[in-house]
Amino acid sequence: MALFYDDDQSMLADSASQFMAEEGSIKKQLRHWRDRDCKDGFGHELWKQFGEMGFTGILVSEEDGGLGMGNVEAGIVLEEIGRNLTPSPFLTSSILAATALGQGNNDLRGRYLPGLISGEHVFAVAIDEGAKHRPERIKTKAEKSGNGFKLNGQKDFVIHGVSADMMIVAARTSGSDDDNDGITLFAVPKDVSGLSQDAVRLVDSSMATHAKFDNVELDGDAVIGEVDGGREVLNKMLNAGRVGAAAESVGVSAGSMDMTVDYLKQRKQFGKLIGEFQALQHRAAHLYSEVEIARAAVIKAQQLLDAGAESAELMVSVAKAKAGTTSNLSVREGVQMHGGIGMTDEYDIGLYMKRDRALAEFLGDANYHTERVAQLSGY
Amino acid sequence: MSDIEQFRQETRDWLEANCPPEMRQPVRDEGDVYWGGRRAKFKNDAQKSWFEACADKGYTVPAWPKEYGGAGLDGPQSKVLRQEMGRIGARPPLSSFGIWMLGPALLKFGTEEQKVHYLNEIAQGKIRWCQGYSEPGSGSDLVSMQTFGEDKGDHWVVNGQKIWTSYADEADWIFCLVRTDKTNKYQGITFMLFDMESKGVSTKPILLISGNSPFCETFFDDVEVPKEQHVGEINRGWDVAKYLLGHEREMISGAGGGDRTSAIGATMLRHAGELDPMLRADLAKFDVEALAYGAMGEKFLDEMKAGKGHPAQPNMMKYVGTELNKRRHELMMAAGGSRSLEWDSEETGGGKPSRGWLRTKANSIEGGTSEVMLNVVAKRILDLPGA
Repeated sequence: MALFYDDDQSMLADSASQFMAEEGSIKKQLRHWRDRDCKDGFGHELWKQFGEMGFTGILVSEEDGGLGMGNVEAGIVLEEIGRNLTPSPFLTSSILAATALGQGNNDLRGRYLPGLISGEHVFAVAIDEGAKHRPERIKTKAEKSGNGFKLNGQKDFVIHGVSADMMIVAARTSGSDDDNDGITLFAVPKDVSGLSQDAVRLVDSSMATHAKFDNVELDGDAVIGEVDGGREVLNKMLNAGRVGAAAESVGVSAGSMDMTVDYLKQRKQFGKLIGEFQALQHRAAHLYSEVEIARAAVIKAQQLLDAGAESAELMVSVAKAKAGTTSNLSVREGVQMHGGIGMTDEYDIGLYMKRDRALAEFLGDANYHTERVAQLSGY
Repeated sequence: MSDIEQFRQETRDWLEANCPPEMRQPVRDEGDVYWGGRRAKFKNDAQKSWFEACADKGYTVPAWPKEYGGAGLDGPQSKVLRQEMGRIGARPPLSSFGIWMLGPALLKFGTEEQKVHYLNEIAQGKIRWCQGYSEPGSGSDLVSMQTFGEDKGDHWVVNGQKIWTSYADEADWIFCLVRTDKTNKYQGITFMLFDMESKGVSTKPILLISGNSPFCETFFDDVEVPKEQHVGEINRGWDVAKYLLGHEREMISGAGGGDRTSAIGATMLRHAGELDPMLRADLAKFDVEALAYGAMGEKFLDEMKAGKGHPAQPNMMKYVGTELNKRRHELMMAAGGSRSLEWDSEETGGGKPSRGWLRTKANSIEGGTSEVMLNVVAKRILDLPGA
């Protein structure tokens, strides 16, 4: 398989790019909702439009009413989301939750997928416990209780938790905190009793929650996949989510870079366009190289994941790490090269810096994934 | 089975039958690489039989047309061959500047007669070529070169000096930039070909910091070059040179990653026994970069074959690839500790770690410095003003 988009993918890229630039623009979405102190952090109208475009069900199988596409295609949409800083529940719902639900039984898929595909419903995932992503250790417990389970524990960094109709919770049904086995994934509806959420606005204006589970009672049919066998589903979900976040990061890098390179061609100092200074030219050219490489790593990881290749997991971590460091470079250079106005709220470049920071933490930062590359490579 | 899968199967079978086990071992030193030429000798029978099988099949230059000694493979087939050779660790049957540099220039700019003659010689490993570009006063600013060819009707008389001529002392012929019009900077250079045994050609090896001498100074003292021995139009050799530099950059950029898909951290662990945590972290960071660059290499080749991608992209590849290769050798030296300092011990194969490390410092200088590469990216890809 060639490492560039085929004709169908190029068409999808064109329509996603046009749609996001028009409907998902910074002015129309991010700034609009932020300035109104929106409690969701995104617009539900846009989410329905995602549904009309078919984006919501991009990873959902055709039998279940989705487009049945792969991570490469999902990444195309995510790169445009990143480029336009479009706030939406796409990553948590259409990538993470859809991947997990794809492993669920008919009943679960029938219960949740139609609402996802139409853009009526929003989903969240509750994985992290504590301020850093560390899914190897899961303390939240689900104990057998009658025909179902009783859930106790706390989750953090639950993006869109407050808007979600259902959240997927990774909990321990057996073993000790650091065991690989003994994990079960649950589809937890929003109005269950015992679930309380403390909503917090993040630096990028998105909304997350600290979710508390206090004897939350769940039926057996809330289980996604096998009881105690949730690690496999969790890993599938994480792979898709991580490479998806990486694709969004590439979009953030590219959007920030384009804005900055444009600025170098407009701003004059010392009677010259600042883009004429070699000190800035070399930094811009270096940044360009990094963005190209990050994009290649992401496409490679997506293709390996779609092909079910064994090496996919390693490449997903390479992609998340590389996309993260590149995006970080892009926004830092962006603000620095914009100079004083880069520090103002009026200019968009600072919004890229904020989004980069939140994306970097989501599903493991560059250090986490670099460590994983070492481990998966045997050292 | 699709055509390409059928081709893969045939390629596997052919490699199984023709690539001797010795030729599936990693290249350890210069002698393991066959460069061809009038004075070439095979290191052993395996090297000879592998070279001959490939030359016969057109696999020394698989993508070249059959009439010029290649196998006429298209993009996907070339990729399959590269993958299958990589899978069994097959060594390249023939390495040469003829394949990497002169060949592509001839394919684009040569006359039919030149192609049939010179390309077949290259494919069959008969003539070993060297490249005469840089001069003592003309490095990054190559176009300022002064070596002059005086027009004498049916021939030129060439006088001047080249530097950094790779293996000039072992080469049979040279492709050389010669000024033929002193009044026109860019359109006053001719791309000439001539025999290194011509009267008036002499070479002097340059001793490098690695203790090796892969490069020479090359002197021309009234060298007569017949008028038909030029590629492209007279005085338009700069076009050929620029095109060819693109190929050189692609080649050098391959050194940093290319198709490499495995991490070096594990290799270093085996060598060093254990890794201190800071070194391990550095290795892991490098591996992320190298694996990502490997994907970029694959994407770059795919795009090039499909005619997509920016024409100045090789400059970006060269920049990143060479910088990564230098970093890789810095890490290998660090992992090797004091052992890797040994300059001529048997255990280090005569100082391979240290000499190899020093050699890589030239990667980001030869064929266009990193700084020049960044200039080109800034100008041609980012379209920055005044670059």
